[in-house]
Amino acid sequence: MKHVLSVLVENKPGVLSRVTGLVSRRGFNIESLSVGPVEDPTMSRVTAVVDADDVAYEQITKQLHKLISVHKITDLTATDAIQRELMLVKVNAAPENRSDILALANIFDASIEHVGRSSITIQLTGKENALKNFENLLKPYGIKEIIRSGRIAISRHSKD
Amino acid sequence: MSDEIVSLEQTAKAPARRSASSVGAVRGKGSGTAKQGQTMLGAQAVIASLEAEGVDVVFGYPGGQAIKMYDALYDSDQITHILARHEQGAVHMADGYARSTGRPGVAIVTSGPGATNTVTGIATAYMDSVPLVIITGQVPRAVIGTDSFQESDIVGITMPVVKHSYLLQSTDELTKTFREAFHIAQTGRPGPVLIDIPSDLAGAEMVFEYPDEVNIPSYKPTYRGNAKQIRAACKLIEEASRPVLYVGGGCAISDASAEVRALAHLMEIPVVTTLMGKGAYPVSDPYLLGPVGMHGAKYSNLAMTEADLIIAAGARFSDRVTGRPDKFAPTAKIIHIDIDPAEIGKIREANVPIVGDLKGVVTAMVAQLEKDGARPQTAPWLEKIARWRERYPIYHANVGDDEAQIVPERVMQELSRQLDPERSIVVTEVGQHQMWAHQFVDRERPRTFLSSGGLGTMGFGFPASIGAAIANPEMDVVCIAGDGSFQMNSQEMATAAINGVPVKVLILDNRALGMVHQWQKLFYDERYSQTLLEPNPDFVKLADAYGWQGRRVEAPADVADAIQEMLSSDGPYLLDVAISREQNVYPMVAPGSALDDVMGAIDVAVGAVRTDMPPGASPAASSCENIDAQFGGIWEASPDDAEARQAFAAGADGSGPVSGPGKEG
Repeated sequence: MKHVLSVLVENKPGVLSRVTGLVSRRGFNIESLSVGPVEDPTMSRVTAVVDADDVAYEQITKQLHKLISVHKITDLTATDAIQRELMLVKVNAAPENRSDILALANIFDASIEHVGRSSITIQLTGKENALKNFENLLKPYGIKEIIRSGRIAISRHSKD
Repeated sequence: MSDEIVSLEQTAKAPARRSASSVGAVRGKGSGTAKQGQTMLGAQAVIASLEAEGVDVVFGYPGGQAIKMYDALYDSDQITHILARHEQGAVHMADGYARSTGRPGVAIVTSGPGATNTVTGIATAYMDSVPLVIITGQVPRAVIGTDSFQESDIVGITMPVVKHSYLLQSTDELTKTFREAFHIAQTGRPGPVLIDIPSDLAGAEMVFEYPDEVNIPSYKPTYRGNAKQIRAACKLIEEASRPVLYVGGGCAISDASAEVRALAHLMEIPVVTTLMGKGAYPVSDPYLLGPVGMHGAKYSNLAMTEADLIIAAGARFSDRVTGRPDKFAPTAKIIHIDIDPAEIGKIREANVPIVGDLKGVVTAMVAQLEKDGARPQTAPWLEKIARWRERYPIYHANVGDDEAQIVPERVMQELSRQLDPERSIVVTEVGQHQMWAHQFVDRERPRTFLSSGGLGTMGFGFPASIGAAIANPEMDVVCIAGDGSFQMNSQEMATAAINGVPVKVLILDNRALGMVHQWQKLFYDERYSQTLLEPNPDFVKLADAYGWQGRRVEAPADVADAIQEMLSSDGPYLLDVAISREQNVYPMVAPGSALDDVMGAIDVAVGAVRTDMPPGASPAASSCENIDAQFGGIWEASPDDAEARQAFAAGADGSGPVSGPGKEG
C-alpha cells in the first residue's frame, strides 16, 4: 500500500540525503519525493510516497524518528488529506488540433503556459488520477515531454 | 516536563531514576573550565571542548588537516593522547574505552584516508550501541567539493553508521556542536557521533563559551516506561508458567543488572543472555542458563522455543539469537523493553511493547509485582529446564578432554578459572574463539566482556582491549583472539608496547579462518576455499619484535602454566595456543534453521557424545579420536538413540542423572 509521509526536518545541508538514504537502505523505494520550505525558515518539509505494508511502514517511520534532523512525521495517507501534484506537458499541436487541446485543458482547469508553432505547453495541478487521465487524453496528439513534480500533501485539520 | 508528571504514579515506589536531563549531562566542568571566555583558535576550542566534557583520554592519528588540533592538544594537561598505528585501531580503542566504562570514547583523525579508515570502527560501535565522538579533520571550506588532496566526504560516507554527524560550518557553532555530540552519543540508545572540522575553522579565532545545557527539540529519548504497559507486562508475568528473561546488551548499557536480577529472583524466571548481554547477568546466579542462539546452549534454545512468555530486556531479536524467525518461540508472548522504539516489532511483534530505560522499567515492574503479591509458578518449568541442562551439557569430558591435543573449550575454562571476574575484562575478536569465549569464560559483572556482536568485526578485539586496559588500569585485560582476527590489527602491538599497556593476548591458533572453515566443512563439502592461513607468522617472534613477552604452547599439559605466566606478567604478553583446525564450535544452529534444531549438542542420554551432527562432520570435527573408538564411530543420532533418549527422558531405565520428582513427557 502506498503511504504518503510528510516529514518536517531541519533546513540544513545533507538532511535530505539522511532521510532518503535511510528509507532506501532499509529496503524501500521512494516513488515520489518533494522538498520545500515551510513557514518556519529553519525547517523544511519532505513529502515522500513509499510503497510498504503497514509493518514496514511503521518501521520506516520509527527509523526516521531516530534521525536527529527529523522533527515530526505525519502520515497523510488518509483520504481526507489534500494531495496535489503538478505536471508540465508539452503536446504536439498542429493548428487543426489546437482548439481540441485547449478545450481539454479547459475541462481540467489546466493553464496554457506556452503556445508554439507546433506544440502547446500546459500546466496541470491536481490529484494523481486527474494528471493521469489528462495525460491519457493528450496521448493521441503526441506528447513530446512530460515533467511531474513529487506529491505534496496537507491535512485538512486546522491544528496539525 | 508534563509527561514526567503524568508518569509519576508508576514511579511512586521506584527509587530515583535517570531521566533525559540527567543522562548525557556534561561529565566535566562544562562552562566552569579556566578556558571559558578566552579568545582562542578553533582547534584550541576543540581541545577545550573535550576538556569541558571531562575527557581524559583520546585515541587518534594526526595528519595535515588535523595538525592544528594536534598542535592544540600539545598544550593540554588534562587529555592523554594514545597514538594508534592505524585509524581503525584508534576507533576500536575508543570503543573499548567506551564499552568498558560507559563513558564516550573519543578519536581524532585527519581528513581523507584518515577519516575513511574510521568507518569500520564507527560501524562496529553503531551496531552495538557504543557512545563515541569521532573528530575528523576536513579540508578548508573553500576547497570542499573540489577533490582536493586528502579530501573525503566523511559525513556522507558514514551517514548510515552514525547516530548523528556534523560538518562544522562556523566557529560560532563549535562549542554547541560538541555539547550536542556528547549528549547525543551517550543518551537514549547510545551511538557514534561524528564531527567533521574544516581546517580553516580550526585556524580561525573565536571566543570559547562552552554551554552546559543542551536543547535539541527533535531529540527527546523516552526514558520512563508507560505505566499502563508496565502493568500489562506484570499481568503477563503473573500468568506465565514458562517465562524466560532474554537479556541483551541494553541491560549493561542501562546499568540494570541488579534490577533484572531482582525480577528473575522475585518471579523465579530463568535467564538467557545474548553475546552483548554477557556479563550483564552474573554467571554464578542460579537462574542464569547462559548463552542463547546460534552457538548457545541447547537448553537455552529449548527454553526459548518452549517458553510461553519471553521478556526481552534490552535485546533486539538478532538473527544470531532467533534462528529462523518464523519458527522462533512459537508459543511465546513477548514483552519487549527497549529504549529504541524502532527495535520493538522490527523482527517479532510484541504483545506488550515498553519503550524506556530498562533500569527504570524493571524497577517499576518489580514494584508492581510486589504490590500485586505475585507468586512465581515456574517450579515445573525450572525443573524441566534443569533436566535439559543435565542432559545436554555444553561441555563434557567425553568430548573435551584430550591428552594428544589442546582443546579450545578447555583453554577457555582454564582461563576462566584463573581470572578474577571482579577485576578482569575479557575482550574477543570475531570467530570460533569468540563463541568459545562466550560459552566458557565466566563473567559476573557488566562491561567486563567486550565483543563485536552486531557487525562481527575481525580486528576489533585487540585494539579494543588496549582501550579497555587504558580506561581500567586496575583490571586485568585479556584479549581472546584467533590467528586470523589478530592479524587484522596486529600493528597495534606497538601502541600497547610504547604506552606500557599490559594487555594480554591469547590466540587460539588454528592456522585457519576457523568459523568459515567450519562452515566449509559442514556445508560446502570441505572445499576450504581461502581459509587456510598456513604458514602463519611466528607470533612469539612477532611479540619479541614489538617488545612484548610471548610464548607458544602446543601440549595440553602446558596450558594452565602458560596462562598463569601470561596473567602474572607485567607488560603486554602474547600467548599463542596451538589448536587443531578441525575443532568446531558446537552446539550450532545452522543458518536458516529453527532455534531448537540444534546440531552437535552433547547428549548424556546416549553416552555424552555430540548428537544430530551434520552430514559433513567427521568425528574429528567434534572431538577427539578416543571417543570415536569408544562409540564405534557412530556420530549421528540413530533411531536407537531416539528410543534411548525417550526412555531416558521418561526416566524408564532409571539410569538417568535426573533425580527430580517430576516426570516429563
